[in-house]
Amino acid sequence: MDARQKAMFDYCIAFGDDSLTLGHRLSEWCSNGPFLEEDLALTNVALDFIGRARMFYAHAAEVEGEGRDEDDYAYLRDCREYRNFLLHELPNGDFAFTMARQLMVDVFDVGFFGQLAGSKDPDLAAIGAKALKESRYHLRRSEDWIRRLGDGTDESHRRVQDAFEQLWGYAAELFEMPAAEQHLADAGIAVDRAALKPGWTATMQNVLQEATLEVPAGGWSIGGGRDGMHTEHLGYLLAEMQFLQRAYPGLTW
Amino acid sequence: MTEKPLQADPRLATFEAKVANEERIEPKDWMPDAFRKTVLRQMSQHAHSEVIGMQPEGNWITRAPTLYRKIVLLAKIQDECGHGLYLYSAAETLGTSREEMVQALHEGKAKYASIFNYPSLTWADIGMIGWLVDGAAIVNQVSLQRTSYGPYARAMIRICKEESFHQRQGFDATMALARGSAEQKAMAQDALNRWWWPSLMMFGPHDSDSAHSGQSMKWKLKRESNDVLRQRFVDQTVPQAEFIGLKIPDPDLKWNEQRGSYDFGEIDWDEFHRVIAGNGPCNRQRLAHHVRAHENGQWVRDAMHAYEMKRKSRDAA
Amino acid sequence: MKQQNLPLFEVFVRSKRGLDHRHVGSLHAEDPAQALEYARDVYLRRSEGVSIWVVRSSDITASQESDVEMFCDPMDDKPYRHATHFNLPKEVDNM
Repeated sequence: MDARQKAMFDYCIAFGDDSLTLGHRLSEWCSNGPFLEEDLALTNVALDFIGRARMFYAHAAEVEGEGRDEDDYAYLRDCREYRNFLLHELPNGDFAFTMARQLMVDVFDVGFFGQLAGSKDPDLAAIGAKALKESRYHLRRSEDWIRRLGDGTDESHRRVQDAFEQLWGYAAELFEMPAAEQHLADAGIAVDRAALKPGWTATMQNVLQEATLEVPAGGWSIGGGRDGMHTEHLGYLLAEMQFLQRAYPGLTW
Repeated sequence: MTEKPLQADPRLATFEAKVANEERIEPKDWMPDAFRKTVLRQMSQHAHSEVIGMQPEGNWITRAPTLYRKIVLLAKIQDECGHGLYLYSAAETLGTSREEMVQALHEGKAKYASIFNYPSLTWADIGMIGWLVDGAAIVNQVSLQRTSYGPYARAMIRICKEESFHQRQGFDATMALARGSAEQKAMAQDALNRWWWPSLMMFGPHDSDSAHSGQSMKWKLKRESNDVLRQRFVDQTVPQAEFIGLKIPDPDLKWNEQRGSYDFGEIDWDEFHRVIAGNGPCNRQRLAHHVRAHENGQWVRDAMHAYEMKRKSRDAA
Repeated sequence: MKQQNLPLFEVFVRSKRGLDHRHVGSLHAEDPAQALEYARDVYLRRSEGVSIWVVRSSDITASQESDVEMFCDPMDDKPYRHATHFNLPKEVDNM
């Protein structure tokens, strides 16, 4: 692959990894939801994310052109090769933590996919358009939940406030652009994520205020996902996810 | 409220005529108290089964070996959740509430299908549950599409439409193993050895030993006998196992030309009763999981209610 | 404080343009907006519809079985309301 193709490959893999890790986390709620209707709804969101991962991986495979497929990417790469944002790999915590993280991701995704739908690369544009529809629905849900939890009981308010305090520093990474990605953005292919930050911040502030929550003071950030520098959580996530493929290599399932 | 003696009640004749005519009994219709209690018990236990059934399969979501198997499994379990929802809705037409039914489950007053008290030990178990457990459920549910209580029959029709996908994905996953490496094939055979007899037990005791069967058949809640349904399941499944080269763990299994059906061995009724009585491998674990999820969700449900109350008073102001 | 039940909502789905909404079941939610979203998740996974209505179950007024006699029977003796009642000569029996 030349430099441009490599940049494209890395781009698709990274967003595929974001989608897969978060989809996997959401799938952990199955049979554990606070009531049946919400259990079912969360699973729908998980399915959207994993479906999105498959689309990104499929495009990555085309660009790479070496005959690897989605399962090679998902099941045969170790942590240091995964490129997802740290926010997406964090364990679910309680329902407040899950929905707080989800809101942060959904606000970003609506902004991001809205732009990606205009990419000069037709495959990325198609993924963007589809993901935008899904993300709008996800955002409706997560906004509603943050309002209900923030302005619900004292306990729910405390839980969701704590969640945002713990999560806030993971947002910075969403808006950092590595050089290769910046070149792709300049070429009209990738989204300028840095430009999404003001919109994201404003939306988050609005929703939190409506939910009677305080916007965390911040002042700290943790990142490194796009460079394969992950939290300790990813290792466990992959160990569980990849077990069968690693224990019984090279088979068809 | 005075209660007429059952035999003298003219409404009973109307009720029985509807049943005899294959007309559905609907929620607002008069029905004998025992009928209402039986239908409610049957529907709520069916609903509980769907929800508890999410657990043994949910156990392998995070370990599904390919992205395709992962999403198919998720979609399938989501359907089971939906089935629980349809059935709880149908049961609520009889004047109970979901909270009451869940309470009965937690207190051990309501049961759920014993099959889900077995553990899913390997990936092969997932295919087996789809192929055998859903296969058995389909035989039962197709029959129930003609059950006499309207909301139950309609829920069954909706469920049957979705259930066929469940069995097909289970068979497909099993077939992949049976046609795979020696280890995969052994994994599938081991899972079949463990799930075959519990699947046959899903159809319940011999009709001669069943306390509820007689009355349920009379009211057309139940349309066919346990043994008839069990035989139908065996006859349809044996050729499927033969097709993929897996061996049913029954030395007495034999084609009976005269009957046009398979003869098969006797179920271990001690095991059957033990598991129903609460001493299967996973009974306590399944219930504890359900209780935990419910209790962990209490603060969320409280928050929703508090928010709604605040919103209402804001709107009213 | 033990939470009482979430309210029950009935769900109606229009499967295709030109058809009526049909009752498909019920679910629990705190308010109509949430009920609509859950209805989409529970009842529309296989693209079974283009439109959803949700109604609080407590808002539905239903006829009683005892009403059937006076609500419905008087309709039975007026067959002239049905097209099949009128036998027309074959040559013009296409209306």
